[in-house]
Amino acid sequence: MAFENLTEKLQNVFKNLRGKGRLSEEDVKSALKEVKMALLEADVNFKVVRQFTKAVQEKAVGQDVMNGLNPAQMVIKIVNDEMVNLMGSSGETLKVNPGGEMTVIMMMGLQGAGKTTTTAKLAAKYKSQGKKPLLAACDVYRPAAIKQLQLNGERVGVEVFSLGDREKPEVIAAKAVEYARENGFNMVFIDTAGRLHVDDEMMDELERIREAVHVDQTILVADAMTGQDAVNVAERFEEKIGIDGVILTKMDGDTRGGAALSIRASCGKPILYVGMGEKPSDLEQFYPDRMASRILGMGDVLSLIEKAQENLNEETAREMEKKLKKATFGFDDYLESMSQMKKMGGIQEILGMLPGVGNAQMKMLEDSVDESMMARTEAIILSMTPKERSNPDILNVSRKNRIARGAGVDIAEVNRLVKQFEQARKMMKQMGGMMGGRKKGLFGGLNLPF
Amino acid sequence: MEEKKGFFKRLVDGLSKTRDNIVTGFDSIFMGYSSIDEDFYEELEETLVMGDIGISATTSIIEDLKNKVREQNIKDPGECRRLLMQSIKDQMDLGPGAYEFENRRSVILVVGVNGVGKTTSIGKLAGLLKDDGKKVLLAAADTFRAAAGEQLSMWAERAGVDIIMGQDGSDPGAVVYDAINAAKSRGTDILICDTAGRLHNKKNLMNELVKINRIIEREYPEAYKEVLVVLDGTTGQNALSQARQFQEATDISGIILTKLDGTAKGGIAVAIHAELGIPVKYIGVGEQIDDLQKFDADAFVNALFAEDQAS
Repeated sequence: MAFENLTEKLQNVFKNLRGKGRLSEEDVKSALKEVKMALLEADVNFKVVRQFTKAVQEKAVGQDVMNGLNPAQMVIKIVNDEMVNLMGSSGETLKVNPGGEMTVIMMMGLQGAGKTTTTAKLAAKYKSQGKKPLLAACDVYRPAAIKQLQLNGERVGVEVFSLGDREKPEVIAAKAVEYARENGFNMVFIDTAGRLHVDDEMMDELERIREAVHVDQTILVADAMTGQDAVNVAERFEEKIGIDGVILTKMDGDTRGGAALSIRASCGKPILYVGMGEKPSDLEQFYPDRMASRILGMGDVLSLIEKAQENLNEETAREMEKKLKKATFGFDDYLESMSQMKKMGGIQEILGMLPGVGNAQMKMLEDSVDESMMARTEAIILSMTPKERSNPDILNVSRKNRIARGAGVDIAEVNRLVKQFEQARKMMKQMGGMMGGRKKGLFGGLNLPF
Repeated sequence: MEEKKGFFKRLVDGLSKTRDNIVTGFDSIFMGYSSIDEDFYEELEETLVMGDIGISATTSIIEDLKNKVREQNIKDPGECRRLLMQSIKDQMDLGPGAYEFENRRSVILVVGVNGVGKTTSIGKLAGLLKDDGKKVLLAAADTFRAAAGEQLSMWAERAGVDIIMGQDGSDPGAVVYDAINAAKSRGTDILICDTAGRLHNKKNLMNELVKINRIIEREYPEAYKEVLVVLDGTTGQNALSQARQFQEATDISGIILTKLDGTAKGGIAVAIHAELGIPVKYIGVGEQIDDLQKFDADAFVNALFAEDQAS
């Protein structure tokens, strides 16, 4: 993407202002111009951007620059805080009726937002929490939509109620709820057809469903890649039907996801979950702070940290860190960290979450570490003697030749791996330093796998 | 039910809600200013950005406009508007040979991220080509998404064309391979290959596409190859990134821009054409089989800027 890091841009803006103790109106104005551009490039709706920057300006002018921050960082801090604030708190969930009482949830959204996939994911989530969900197939328009829901339902082990595509959606919904009551289900997820927010006839249909059954919660499923139009969509659904919660899909793409801010600002309803992939388990909680740094293009540092914590045995991590500090990090550790990276979703995902890893670097790294290469890397390392693995410096040409033969690769590949290893070691050392030191608030007490 | 509408009417209808925003925006700009000054340009820039055109394309459009205004000594904001429209039209113009695949024995590979409307667009495209007297064959190479094959086969039925299906979860390359052989033996004019939706930043899935592309090149070299990326008209700046990545994997020759019947402005197409030179060849303006239209830069821009509000 032709987008430079916002931090960098702001640093340029403030280049001549180093050491200033207070943010003047002029400073803030020129900084906010960059912020505005960053937000627009992230697809935040223009009107939302305008309101937002105005609010930030009022807050920022005259503020003291905090100790340890430069003016650029100070502006980012204010912008970030304000954005997090606007996006609400994390951990919002659906309001589900207690005990065995029935909860009916209606899913709605534009075509292709990911309703059917999300519906199954959501049902799976509640099933794992001990609820008894039923899926109601009310998309009678799109070819094979019912079949898709049935297959998804099968995959997550949740029953699907369908009356084919000849019945009216409101009739199917009513019968589904009736069926659910009679058969001991306590949640019904109504999967509706994708519809345009300006299609009055189709919007009326949602209303009719709501008249036919008592819907407890309505969920707007929205594509995270949506552009300026996100506001129109959210406003219209809120006005005509009412939205209780939002789920943002396709967040595993490389969109900056400004739609999140637009939707939140325009309908004021919480974002409950984000869709992170096509597997039933790929539905994650929404964190406003992470979303904010993603929209600002500052990397999803916090997500990375949490992912690392989730997937790593703390002890191995600590050991690794020790080794790093002592520079005894060898190929065995490299192999280990590689497999841990795999657990965290691959190196690309991890690097994508780091601030300051631009697209050019990403590209380079991607080329050097695509997944099939990982297998070859493994073969090369396994062809080394234990001594070579723990002490890479002894690798000479004849050893490398032997390794290449053993792994069935060209010696050039062995050379490349050794070089990569050296780079990785250097990078990890830097990161180790970054984590150990000053930035207590952000990285303090954390053990990354490097 | 609904009467059949002509292209322009459909486009105007489809884009009319769209225009409500962009046009009111433009109108207020053009009407509200008596002279062309920095404020005028600034607000113009904002309006273009709001149309999802993107900041970089917007900047170059405005630079272009400024130069022309200077060269031609234009004082009237209305005149300025005409110029702006013309420059976008020029930029979006398809040029000759854009639909060459219609006249040849050809294969069309259709790619895109999830949920943009690939399968639906293929169904409509098959209908369009069939109506044109072509012998069309569909390849259901989305073997990944639940019921994608069924969805395409329903479209095949609607359009009255043949389809080659694979097993769910089977190798999409094998489906394409089979379809090519079928196309050869049946004397098919145009083979259209559906593929699974994939996010452009997933390396493995993009590699799969490279492989499918290679199979087509190897097994069907005599066919004219057209690769169409389907982009959701409601998508913002990410569509650029999508176009870029898919182009890298498969050599995109055109865009199908879908969902232009809502309030989205489809401005990203302008940005993509400006930055990558990939033309829009079709637009989707609804869910019916005849709701896929050949792209017409004049009509598109006219509809986008039209002054009268269609009801």
